[in-house]
Amino acid sequence: MTTKNTKNTIPSRTVTALVNDKPGVLNRITSMLRRRGFNIQSLAVGHSEIEHLSRLTVVVEGGDDIVEKITKQLHKLIDIIKVNDISDDNIVSRELALIKVNSDTKTRSEIMQIVSIYRAKIVDVSSSSIIIEATGDDQKIKALQDLLSSFGIVEVMRTGLIAMNREKK
Amino acid sequence: MVCESLVREGVEHIFGIPGGAILPLYQVLPEYEKLKHILVRHEQGAAHAADGYARATGKAGVAFATSGPGTTNLVTGIATAQMDSVPVVAITGQVGRPVLGTDAFQETDITGITLPITKHNYLVMDINDIGETIKEAFHIATSGRPGPVLVDIPKDILQGTGVFNYPETLNIPGYKPNTSVNQKQIKRACELIKKAKRPVLLAGHGIKISKAYDELLQLAEKCQIPVINTLLGLSSFPANHFLYYGWPGMHGMAYSNLILDQSDLIIAVGMRFDDRITGNPDKFATNAKKIHIDIDASEVGKIIHAEVPIVSDAKTALSNLVQSVEEKTHVEWIKQIDRLKNNHPSLALRDTEKLLPQFIMKELHELTNGDSIIVTGVGQHQMWAAQHYPFNDKNKIITSGGAGAMGYEVPAALGAQVGRPNEMVWSIAGDGGFQMTMSELATISENKLPVKFAIMNNGFLGMVRQWQELFYEKSYVSTSYKGIPDFVKLAEAFDIYALKVTDKTQVKPAILDAIKHEGPVLIDFIVESEENVYPMIPSGATVQDMMEEPSSQEVK
Repeated sequence: MTTKNTKNTIPSRTVTALVNDKPGVLNRITSMLRRRGFNIQSLAVGHSEIEHLSRLTVVVEGGDDIVEKITKQLHKLIDIIKVNDISDDNIVSRELALIKVNSDTKTRSEIMQIVSIYRAKIVDVSSSSIIIEATGDDQKIKALQDLLSSFGIVEVMRTGLIAMNREKK
Repeated sequence: MVCESLVREGVEHIFGIPGGAILPLYQVLPEYEKLKHILVRHEQGAAHAADGYARATGKAGVAFATSGPGTTNLVTGIATAQMDSVPVVAITGQVGRPVLGTDAFQETDITGITLPITKHNYLVMDINDIGETIKEAFHIATSGRPGPVLVDIPKDILQGTGVFNYPETLNIPGYKPNTSVNQKQIKRACELIKKAKRPVLLAGHGIKISKAYDELLQLAEKCQIPVINTLLGLSSFPANHFLYYGWPGMHGMAYSNLILDQSDLIIAVGMRFDDRITGNPDKFATNAKKIHIDIDASEVGKIIHAEVPIVSDAKTALSNLVQSVEEKTHVEWIKQIDRLKNNHPSLALRDTEKLLPQFIMKELHELTNGDSIIVTGVGQHQMWAAQHYPFNDKNKIITSGGAGAMGYEVPAALGAQVGRPNEMVWSIAGDGGFQMTMSELATISENKLPVKFAIMNNGFLGMVRQWQELFYEKSYVSTSYKGIPDFVKLAEAFDIYALKVTDKTQVKPAILDAIKHEGPVLIDFIVESEENVYPMIPSGATVQDMMEEPSSQEVK
């Protein structure tokens, strides 16, 4: 439990950006973050509602001062059109995880119970394992992962957090 | 299409070397009379020359190089331009699109390599984009906080034909440099200035970039605020003005550092609190509030917290401040800092028969009336030049600041002389840096550029040796040159007039001779080999740790 607590004390901030959908843009962003020694917890990119533009959500480690430096540096990149630190806003944030867990006929029903409590889905079943698809924020996915760990987790794949303001901005 | 775009951008000079991938571009160059190409001897020279040209003229400097090693040789020059906010546009040939990404002959991912050291870069993949891309490159390089932009063009595009589209206006959604200033912050700044009892203006390169010379002078005089320059800010405020108090930092004047330390308000304009100025940032000018004016928002608050951040170019911000501030005098403060200046002279020369580089700088200053363009490399000679060659006129010093690139002095002087042909350019060199880029003597000779070289030849990588003396118990590992060339013979091989000076009495006649001579001249000054630069604040230390010239030096 102690490790979990220290993990929770690392402050993290959520930054979204509207960026040009061109080759090399992600490289510019990650190169800048690496060069200046900023730590990122997750990064997710995909097409936006506007042609030739993508939206990106990046969760960074650090407090207000660090995130201010990051947003300023991001803003300086010419392929980035808009940057917002939305950590203090009223946001919806989600992440998708695929979790492959050891499972045989004995444990399958117990796993299915946990999955339904967490409103996750079973997307594949084989004789020795199950793949679970879970959506939620970081905490929910971690909690689900903790519960499933007793069965033996084979593989976890996460998309990284994506986030959006609830109100029009 | 590339040449036509360059002509439309008002380009007159290009520094470069041809090669396979960029050959199609070179072959059409003679059709454009307005574009004069200067064939350098190494691509690093092309980038530094374009940089020197840009700093001397305020226009973008242009460098050409071919794919592979041609482009990688540009890298040091591009990094230098990036660190010092210099508008350089590099146009590079790339292997043809069909073989791009296959490790073709002379293929290098130059956009990848220069990604962190350019303001922006492009790989043109459609011939119809050439015009717009080059226009964007020049716009981005020269506006906002200037910087280098690289445009990489595959050979088959350079050979092809397409629609030439050169837009009148640009719309770059992700690039909108501030053109106005936040009036609320101006008001807050005025209040701080009004309350301040011991204010200082700390003026950097931004003054020269935005040509805010008059505004700086007006603000200083209206509120009687002393002015201190950064190294790159030198020559933005007249050194003979009664409000000028030198430059601070690792080898700055002791009194300049002490003034910053004792001040209660620093108005920092167009500068970025480099570690060579702040030392330990936690202990830098702790008594002072800071007003930080810079066009680059990411510089404000990066190293030093600013009570009043103003994101604007220096000219706009200062002219707003000049209009809004109330007139003030600071008689007590000026008296106090004049006492500091008298008690810590810093630049006094010790009495010796030895040939001191500081003495040469003073003589050079006197004999050139202090109005030559001074180009330096990096190291001891750079510090001595900055200390002992004060500038009253605008934009007279060209030096590699942030990057600290040795060898800058030769090609940058070449570029500066091309940019300002009617002024005398003195390249102050160290024997170490000079050996890095001396191949450009051929370019200088070929183009009959009357650059005057003064080599401070101490037979050492002098600044490194000084660190070894002070911090590594005089263990001079790999800093002493055993096989130094005879620079006089070398210059003569390039058909450049040259003199050797070994004695104090020869300094004045040699400099006068160089001034009188019409073409390029090289003077090899054999100076005191273990002379140190003082004052000195060790890296990461504070003003309390400052070493002023120790009397023990003469006893050595």
